[in-house]
Amino acid sequence: MKIVVCIKQVPDTKGGVKFKPDGTLDRAAMLTIMNPDDKAGLEAALRLKDQYGAEVTVITMGLPKAEDVLREAMAMGADKAILVTDRVLGGADTWATSQTLAGAIRNLDYDLIITGRQAIDGDTAQVGPQISEHLNIPVISYAQNIKIDGDSVIVERQYDDRYHVLKAKMPCLITALAELNEPRYMTPGGIFDACKAEVTVWGRANLVDVEDSNLGLKGSPTQIAKASDKVRKGAGEKVTLDPAESVTYIVGKLKEKHVI
Amino acid sequence: MNLEEYKGVYVFAQQVDNEINSIAFELVGKGKDLADDLGTDVTAVLVGSGIKDLADQLAEYGADRVIVVDDPECKEYRTEPYAHALASVIQKFKPEIFLVGATAIGRDLGPRVSARIHTGLTADCTQLDIGDFPLTPVPGKEQKHNQLLMTRPAFGGNTIATIACPDFRPQMATVRPGVMQKRPRVAGAKAEVIEFNPGFTPDNKYVEIMEVVKAVSDTVDIMDAKILVSGGRGVGSPENFKILDDLAAVLGGTVSCSRAVVDAGWKPKALQVGQTGKTVRPNVYFAIGISGAIQHLAGMEESDLIIAINKDETAPIFDVADYGIVGDLNKIVPALTEKLKAELAAK
Repeated sequence: MKIVVCIKQVPDTKGGVKFKPDGTLDRAAMLTIMNPDDKAGLEAALRLKDQYGAEVTVITMGLPKAEDVLREAMAMGADKAILVTDRVLGGADTWATSQTLAGAIRNLDYDLIITGRQAIDGDTAQVGPQISEHLNIPVISYAQNIKIDGDSVIVERQYDDRYHVLKAKMPCLITALAELNEPRYMTPGGIFDACKAEVTVWGRANLVDVEDSNLGLKGSPTQIAKASDKVRKGAGEKVTLDPAESVTYIVGKLKEKHVI
Repeated sequence: MNLEEYKGVYVFAQQVDNEINSIAFELVGKGKDLADDLGTDVTAVLVGSGIKDLADQLAEYGADRVIVVDDPECKEYRTEPYAHALASVIQKFKPEIFLVGATAIGRDLGPRVSARIHTGLTADCTQLDIGDFPLTPVPGKEQKHNQLLMTRPAFGGNTIATIACPDFRPQMATVRPGVMQKRPRVAGAKAEVIEFNPGFTPDNKYVEIMEVVKAVSDTVDIMDAKILVSGGRGVGSPENFKILDDLAAVLGGTVSCSRAVVDAGWKPKALQVGQTGKTVRPNVYFAIGISGAIQHLAGMEESDLIIAINKDETAPIFDVADYGIVGDLNKIVPALTEKLKAELAAK
């Protein structure tokens, strides 16, 4: 079985977000990590590899330094790594990104494609389903409990109040949640091998069946009109009182606002 | 693409088990506002099996027209027949705006549809306006009017971006549940109902539903609650949530929680407020022992009245609280419950 896992290098928003004096995001000052949902997707692929035997290829689109997450993935156990990088791909929205990744994946044999549900920098959850559409294969998003049954995959798909047990013929695409599993650590041997392993680098010329008009900033239907720091409503009153006074204070405010 | 051909505001009216979800009425309400600005009308698109009777409900909340795609293939939600249904509606009726709820269903369906018809999709919007793009004239660039300006948080709620889709139609957005307001229900209102079936031929993209497992839950949806008593890690233990339960009971409210509480296994995910949980805007939000990580604030800061109790006076929750009390929740909350009991009994 051949599994392709799409991963993304993202700024670590947990460690605090840094801004330049002009208010734009200072990516250089922020640590980068493998996107958590993608890491869960990789772990799911590696578990399928452990259980059924599989070749796991990780692929990312990004700046040359995104190679770091590919090596991390190989240190965890991925077999092959592909970096898709090219100036003409910059500034892509989810449409152009999914076109790019689909164009790269068309070079590969695959039974299963796994993506993270969403990346923590954009939170859109769009690229996975859009790749599946471009490749004309089924998608199961928010996957849990992934099993292989002959030429099909059986997955639990979570909704608000229920889950469906779904069976899809491979090839298909599934999107994974960080809650899916606890990703394994890199092993010392794995890190050693990953440093030496080859990362395949592809550019625009390697993308199959994709028009220039669908790539990068120019190929992106959505455009940013404005981006800014979130303006929060100002703080109200803050008081430090003993418990009895605190209670009187809160009850007073609830009366004032006609809550009681 | 001739953009002029695309007219009207359309919304996906999500139903599950032939019951329309609240998000559908919220989208009809917002869609009506946008349609008023554009001088057009709002159409709800209802997909399912045996659902024709539901059209009137959408009319009562403001839909001018309801397109009904009724087919046995669409009984339970699956990506493929639903994506085919919406893409076919878009191709036939050519809307200028198409809104979908950012629910577990909508966030799966939206991207598949937008990819099929080649248009932009902005995820998880919290504000929608009609305006110019670019916002202010830029030399050498045509400024387009009457564009949908879609505003959404990004980077875990640290930044806010406004997005436009000037060259493709429809302009598509998924919209966070609980953010847009429903219009008041007008009993007996009627809409034009159009039945439309594009034909469904199962192919490789149709997945098989082997089993549907409904979570047995009697908990109130925290998004519907008027008063939320929300606890964080500072509550200390699952047992200690009892003091929050008691406060909620006196006020007729519901208990919710922060992500830390869910991660610790104290409360189920359904009660989680925040970026990766639910967006709530109750009349009163008590934040008790919640430090107020930015991801939490993103899910509750639109609440009408925020009362925070925390022993750490530097907790960021105080930056959004209308009334912040620095103190020991273990002493204040039970005393507050008793006092409220007495107050309410005296009335």
